[in-house]
Amino acid sequence: MEPLLSLQQLQKYYATQKAVDNISFDIQKGSIFGLLGPNGAGKTTLLRMITGIFYPDQGQIMLEGAPFNPTEDIQKIGYMPEERGMYKKMKIGEQALYLAQLKGLSKADAMERIKYWFKKLEMESWWNKKVEDLSKGMSQKLQFVITVLHEPKLIILDEPFSGLDPLNANLIKDEIYGLAKKGATIIFSTHRMEQVEEICDHIVLVNLGKKILDGTVKDIKQQFKEDLFTVQTPQANSIQDTDSFKVVNKEATELVLKINEGFTSNQVLAQLIKDNINIVGYNELLPSLNDIFIRLVEGTHASTRAFQNL
Amino acid sequence: MNKTWLIIQREYSTRVKNKRFLLVTFLMPLLMIGLIFGSAYLSSTGTEQRKIAVIDPNGFIQSSLKNTNQIEFAFPKEVDTNNYSQKGFTDILILPKFDKTNKSDYILRSKKSMGLMLQNSISNNINAAIEDEMLKEAGIRQNTLDSIHKASQFAELKAYEDKGKESKESNAGLAMGIGYASGFLIYITLFIYGTMVMRGVMEEKTNRIAEVIISSVKPFELMLGKVIGIGAVGLTQFVLWIVLITSLTSIGMGLLPADIQHQVTTLQQHNGQMGGAGMAQASESAMRIYNMQHTIATANWPLILSCFVFYFLGGYLFYAALFAAVGSVVNEDPQDAQSLVFPITMPIIFSYIITNMVTQNPNTPLAFWASIIPLSSPMVMMARIAYGVPSAVSYWELGLSMFLLIAGFLFTTWLSGKIYRTGILMYGKKVNWKTMIKWAFNKQF
Repeated sequence: MEPLLSLQQLQKYYATQKAVDNISFDIQKGSIFGLLGPNGAGKTTLLRMITGIFYPDQGQIMLEGAPFNPTEDIQKIGYMPEERGMYKKMKIGEQALYLAQLKGLSKADAMERIKYWFKKLEMESWWNKKVEDLSKGMSQKLQFVITVLHEPKLIILDEPFSGLDPLNANLIKDEIYGLAKKGATIIFSTHRMEQVEEICDHIVLVNLGKKILDGTVKDIKQQFKEDLFTVQTPQANSIQDTDSFKVVNKEATELVLKINEGFTSNQVLAQLIKDNINIVGYNELLPSLNDIFIRLVEGTHASTRAFQNL
Repeated sequence: MNKTWLIIQREYSTRVKNKRFLLVTFLMPLLMIGLIFGSAYLSSTGTEQRKIAVIDPNGFIQSSLKNTNQIEFAFPKEVDTNNYSQKGFTDILILPKFDKTNKSDYILRSKKSMGLMLQNSISNNINAAIEDEMLKEAGIRQNTLDSIHKASQFAELKAYEDKGKESKESNAGLAMGIGYASGFLIYITLFIYGTMVMRGVMEEKTNRIAEVIISSVKPFELMLGKVIGIGAVGLTQFVLWIVLITSLTSIGMGLLPADIQHQVTTLQQHNGQMGGAGMAQASESAMRIYNMQHTIATANWPLILSCFVFYFLGGYLFYAALFAAVGSVVNEDPQDAQSLVFPITMPIIFSYIITNMVTQNPNTPLAFWASIIPLSSPMVMMARIAYGVPSAVSYWELGLSMFLLIAGFLFTTWLSGKIYRTGILMYGKKVNWKTMIKWAFNKQF
């Protein structure tokens, strides 16, 4: 299947450094895609190129198989930046209407869709309020509605859950799933790895302007697994290192084993059973994305890049 | 273009619907009229009274020092510099014995110093008395002198401009007033609306809504929409002011007593002249109103108003784009804006100073160049146009000035657009003019 968005050897230089250094990846239609990276990795620059705010110095962006044309394709994109803002003094309804019209909707269309979304997310009573009267989470919700109002094919969400309470975060999460199911493609940029694990199908990790990881969440976890298993047992104390495994961590009823090279998990399990250990649970322990992220990024002086020098 | 139109509409309607806009628009004309009448009232009543003791050894000067509503002259004996204030005089004027060959000092001593105008009028009166005295000594009789004085008050300068075959009455005082007023209005509005543009851009940047909007429209469209929208607000304000002022004046005219109104109309029909009896009938106030209307009518209003609109818009567009550029590079701190905006406000202030000089001398080389260069032409050219086109400003000068202003604002808009598109998305970096110029002329981001 042809990808919805394809970045091909994208490069962007600032005066003293490469903000984006030869990055390529594809995003499949209808997928939820996670773009990860530490602060200053080049994520925002990348997103700004995808949204047509910046032009790449080298390389090409293909949208639906054709070269990306900012003036027209901008309608197909909904972008919710991390640092989102609103006109504080403007009424919420008018603001939504204005921003929707800027996206190319007619006034009647915009009105209809705003009403639909406001009703759906229980925001109807907000119409005549001003943004300055809203809490951070509420304005986040409003921002989300504005981003998806024009039914974009590609929705880019930069930290969409920050400031939302669990209830509203779930509400938005369900909407994101719903949109993806209807065929929208979602790029999700965040530092919150547990959210990425939960939501994303496919991720790309960038650091220092380069892509260092690309794949599905499942594959990546497999790729970085360390042959660790957890064993739940009341006899945790009696288990010692053997030829087939090493005990990495030990607690009263649970321990973590690392299977030595050349052995399989079944062999370990058989050994434990043979030793007459009463096993309650036995699971493979896959690394969290958080661990992988930290392992890959730590020690690369990534944070110093956060200060762009233009 | 469609989106720019949406932005213009938003910028315009949020400002025009604002209560402050309505307040300023409707109170300003009232305030201005109040100021004019108030100052006129104060200048007619609020002057100080002076009582001057004159010590005159000559005798012939007494007759020409006439009391006015401000000065009362007295010629007491036994008053000297030590005791004049105890005797109730504010000043003492000591005249020397008049001597044809030597120039000597005429001394005025006061507890409170006297204004220049009063001093001049007193010395003029003394000089006139001395002149009369000398003429009398030369053999001219008193009654001949009196009749000459009376007869010689006839001349009243009426200036005309020659335009080919026809000539037109001109009025330097009016030209000065128009030039000064329009220069001042443009000066004030450049500041008000320029700052409004800058603050609007800063608001969008610090609110971070700029990034949302720029994912839908080009930065240049956003900047242009803001500049044009706010310019339209300014224009609306002017139109409302003109409507308000003209309707207020006509209401004021309607409130005048019927006979004065009738006299004014008669004066208009007779071109300011009324034969014998009629002239006597026309009261002083009718005459004054007629004169005012007559003077105002000497100006070429359609030309002045259309030039005013052109130069207001041109000057506004020239500077507003620059203000927008500054707004786009400022971060949270408004103090940064102050230092960055300085190079923009300096030429505006200079132009205003030049305008004040040009209102008196519309044809100096300084006036010429300042009215050609787009930095100052909006204000300075208006001051010159008030003196008449083509008599004070030739058509080619006006054309060149207009052309350069258009070219100028296209250039500043282009320049600012380049700075703006980089600045509006840049956070946390302190920017100076050097960096801004670099952005403008280097590759785009």
